[in-house]
Amino acid sequence: MSRGLVGDLERGLDAPICITWELTYGCNLACVHCLSSSGRRDPLEMTTGEARALIDELRALQVFYVNIGGGEPTIRADFYDLVDYAIGRGLGVKFSTNGTTLTPGRARRLAGSDYLDVQVSLDGADEATNDAVRAAGSWAAARRAMDNLAAAGFGPFKISVVVTRHNVGQLDALAALAAGYGAQLRLTRLRPSGRAASTWASLHPTAAQQVALYHWLVAHPEVLTGDSFFHLSALGAPLPGLNLCGAGRVVCLVDPVGDVYACPFVLHDSFRAGTVRGDGGFTAVWRSSPLFVSLREPSSAGACASCGSYDACHGGCMAAKFFTGLPLDGPDPECVAGHGTPLLAAVAPGAAPSPGLGHSVAVRLRPARSTAGSTVGSPVG
Amino acid sequence: MKDAAVFDARSAYRLDPHVALRPEPWGALAYHYETRRLTFLRSPLLVQVVRSLPAHASIGAAVDAAVPAPRRDRYLEALASLAAAGFLVGAA
Repeated sequence: MSRGLVGDLERGLDAPICITWELTYGCNLACVHCLSSSGRRDPLEMTTGEARALIDELRALQVFYVNIGGGEPTIRADFYDLVDYAIGRGLGVKFSTNGTTLTPGRARRLAGSDYLDVQVSLDGADEATNDAVRAAGSWAAARRAMDNLAAAGFGPFKISVVVTRHNVGQLDALAALAAGYGAQLRLTRLRPSGRAASTWASLHPTAAQQVALYHWLVAHPEVLTGDSFFHLSALGAPLPGLNLCGAGRVVCLVDPVGDVYACPFVLHDSFRAGTVRGDGGFTAVWRSSPLFVSLREPSSAGACASCGSYDACHGGCMAAKFFTGLPLDGPDPECVAGHGTPLLAAVAPGAAPSPGLGHSVAVRLRPARSTAGSTVGSPVG
Repeated sequence: MKDAAVFDARSAYRLDPHVALRPEPWGALAYHYETRRLTFLRSPLLVQVVRSLPAHASIGAAVDAAVPAPRRDRYLEALASLAAAGFLVGAA
């Protein structure tokens, strides 16, 4: 018991507690902060048979549940069959959706499932704030999905919000919206991953907003966070949860083509541990990939050693550091003690690793056919 | 959480049927599929006691059968908190 729970977890588990599984890179939206740069499907995405085999393997490892995302996972024709298959095997399912496909009929089908959580993404308490990030029409689609889930008697679904500079002032309104549905509010941290690499600087909460967010979270322990705000714990009493980076230790990501990454926010070659399509499957990657083994070695506080808060914040988020060009053994770019600020300012333009365009759909600027109206099409497919 | 309020070492308890226990070298993870709560059993002996509950007429007897007397209270405390969190339920 001497090492403590966090110490035990940092050394890794025999199998993950849960994994995030992005079923497809296809999406009808093109959110400016999409962590996976999704848009078009990848022709090499896992087949239904491969997906079922992975479910079987996760079940054999006694993984408790999967967080299914994308892309928009529900656009896969086999989505509901895979959900049923996983639940039938005793693997819990939580999935994230923008709600577009959640018709009354599908909501009723979901309401009949045990061990299933639905997270509808919404990034603002009003249409304007949400649609500025998630595209025109996305607010209405998400609200329709929520209405359908509520009408179907689904129970407490989740409203999942990525906290930004523009919605951080709407937390009370978002909590009220969730309460009105009997839903749970879930807030997660914006990381500079995927398309957010190029929008993070203008979207991430300011230092003053982070302090306000911390106090709001302390006052609202019922709000789910996926433990994603542990860097804020340096502001005072630790936030509820494990307050550690679980990447490659207690969680990981499987992407639509079967590649395994340390976490959902590091879709980059540097953090690709292997593929479930290789010999030994997911299990071999989890247990013996050199990347995951190295992530489980005792980490040093590095440049954070002289700061008294390292035990509270653990140096923050690896992905946030990586994609802003900061050293991984130093402060988080949003370090609440301000230690990240000068480092961030010193990163030369273009020096931070690029997540690339991923599966983003190219924006075509069509030549104007007439002099009236805008020539830039909506990104909504 | 009624069981929590009346945790009684002289009563029989069992793992809630919706809880999955997964062994780890330092103990086990426990996940409650109804409440979606996760908790940690931080000693292999505690896991052994929990698994042995169906064989004992009371939770106190399960502890006595496996845990050295000086550590009895600590283990009962850990079991009481598992009951308070809904991982153990009365087996009346």
